[in-house]
Amino acid sequence: MTVFLRSWQGAVALILCLAAFASLPLLAADAPAPFGTGTLLLIFLMIAGTALISFAGISPSLLSTILFVVAHLAAWLLLAGIAGNEGKATLAFFLMVTASWLIAWRCVAVLSGIHAKSAAGSTFLRLLIPAIFGAWILIIWEAITRGFGIPFILLPPPSAIGARLAGSVPILWADVQQTIFKAVLFGYVVGCASGFVVAILADRFAFLRRGLIPIGNMVSALPIIGVAPIMVMWFGFDWQSKAAVVIVMTFFPMLVNTVVGLTASGAMERDLMRSYASGYWQTLAKLRLPAAMPFIFNALKINSTLALIGAIVAEFFGTPIVGMGFRISTEIGRMNVDMVWAEIAVAALTGSVFYGVVALAERATTFWHPSNRGG
Amino acid sequence: MNNAPSSVVSARKLGLTFETGDGPVHALSNVDLTVNKGDFVSFIGPSGCGKTTFLRVIADLEKATSGEITVNGMTPEEARKSRSYGYVFQAPALYPWRTIEKNIALPLEIMGYSATDRKARIERTLDLVNLAGFGKKYPWQLSGGMQQRASIARALAFDADLLLMDEPFGALDEIVRDHLNEQLLKLWARTQKTICFVTHSIPEAVYLSTRIVVMSPRPGRVTDVIDSTLPKERPLEIRETPEFLEIAHRVREGLRAGHSYEE
Repeated sequence: MTVFLRSWQGAVALILCLAAFASLPLLAADAPAPFGTGTLLLIFLMIAGTALISFAGISPSLLSTILFVVAHLAAWLLLAGIAGNEGKATLAFFLMVTASWLIAWRCVAVLSGIHAKSAAGSTFLRLLIPAIFGAWILIIWEAITRGFGIPFILLPPPSAIGARLAGSVPILWADVQQTIFKAVLFGYVVGCASGFVVAILADRFAFLRRGLIPIGNMVSALPIIGVAPIMVMWFGFDWQSKAAVVIVMTFFPMLVNTVVGLTASGAMERDLMRSYASGYWQTLAKLRLPAAMPFIFNALKINSTLALIGAIVAEFFGTPIVGMGFRISTEIGRMNVDMVWAEIAVAALTGSVFYGVVALAERATTFWHPSNRGG
Repeated sequence: MNNAPSSVVSARKLGLTFETGDGPVHALSNVDLTVNKGDFVSFIGPSGCGKTTFLRVIADLEKATSGEITVNGMTPEEARKSRSYGYVFQAPALYPWRTIEKNIALPLEIMGYSATDRKARIERTLDLVNLAGFGKKYPWQLSGGMQQRASIARALAFDADLLLMDEPFGALDEIVRDHLNEQLLKLWARTQKTICFVTHSIPEAVYLSTRIVVMSPRPGRVTDVIDSTLPKERPLEIRETPEFLEIAHRVREGLRAGHSYEE
């Protein structure tokens, strides 16, 4: 029992291997290019052997290396074997994919238990574990779409999306320039900056605070994306109208967060500034803005995703013939779903980088906040 | 006004009433008090006796509603604007995004001291509160006692010869407190500042002070002012001498007289 508990993934993988062996072959009888006997044997021996090794008490780093190599090699062999045989996979094929997935699971479980001694090692582990996770989402996606022969229009396999991505770099790059570098960045900077400035003004002048903030709350509850067609009417088809949508979308989160953040400093800290006869602007710069930084970064992070959504969706309402939203809406009409997915992948990547940069800046700026201290 | 040049704080018939939803609260009523230059005055009394409020009136953090008060011969507001006092709060109130050095530099930056002057003053005050070498640390990397010492250093960094301290050691344990009391006396002797010190500990008040102001609540008022007969040089052991115990006894009597047990 304890041996089983040491690696239940290995035990289940073994059972799956046996079940798969009983229900061979991996592909239906009419598959044009069935697996060679040698490949088949290699896959079975690798997975079953590694599943057995996972019970042995060898060092975690060696074990995780073996598990890593075998899981991904087996997955690669299985996926390579399905090429040209889409939709012909049998139960045995999926059992073997599941078995190699379990090996990878075991690998992640072993890796999670390792405490790296060096900083570089722990960074490597911190990146490797989610990378294996992400890779397996793609592998399972690929196995299911190809194995079941799911229609391309419904869900293309990641390999096809990847190929499309690699083959359309100039188009995608032009779209990124149009949408991200022009509409999103311009709109984000202007929207956040103006939200910030208005928040300071609202803080300085009570009538603005009393009048504007309730209206700001109301406006931010509106589906801002609905103004996109109006912005296109006002500012034309090019990126300026998309930037305008982004400005409108990012303005209020920044305004509301900054206004709240400016009240975040404690009464004692403000009394302290008063005892120094500190002026409004000095108190603002030295106490209230630093104390508001966690709130301001909250807005910056919310806005980084809002800006991307705003710019892409706004392009649905009319653009020149370039831009991520334009590409998505036209390619879906032409049934080029792989291009849509490629565009989505690019948007996800740029969105993550955008968010990541803001989050890094936050870590550097609000290192003092209890949530970031870490000792 | 007929202030003697040596009086730092002078209050006459001072009163402060807070208007609350449940009717007026008399935080201070008819307070007459003079604090002379170089004094170490402790304010002691139960919660709600107005000792902190009185300190805040001196600091112009609250406004008196009746009577007169002068600080350095000026109104409290003028005194605050001319930066004539340093205030130490119940909590250190250090800014977590600034290092200890930078925290001490805060009043100096606001008051426009030059960079070289700032550097010299930071070094001097860190030395004064025995925190030399900790300037580059962030407040949250230090213990509570060290943080409070840093906040005292911050109040000492600029040229104010009045130090207002509102239960600065109230949140610290007994041993740290004894140690800081001893250091505070040395610091007072070295800097020649006038100190107003709010506490609710009788031994602390007697050990530190040249004068002890006993206050009582509802309404907040002064019930007794005791001039200490202890010498200026005070080792911690002085707390076991008959003289010390006699003063402590008088303080306790004063507190008891002003305290009603109706509630």
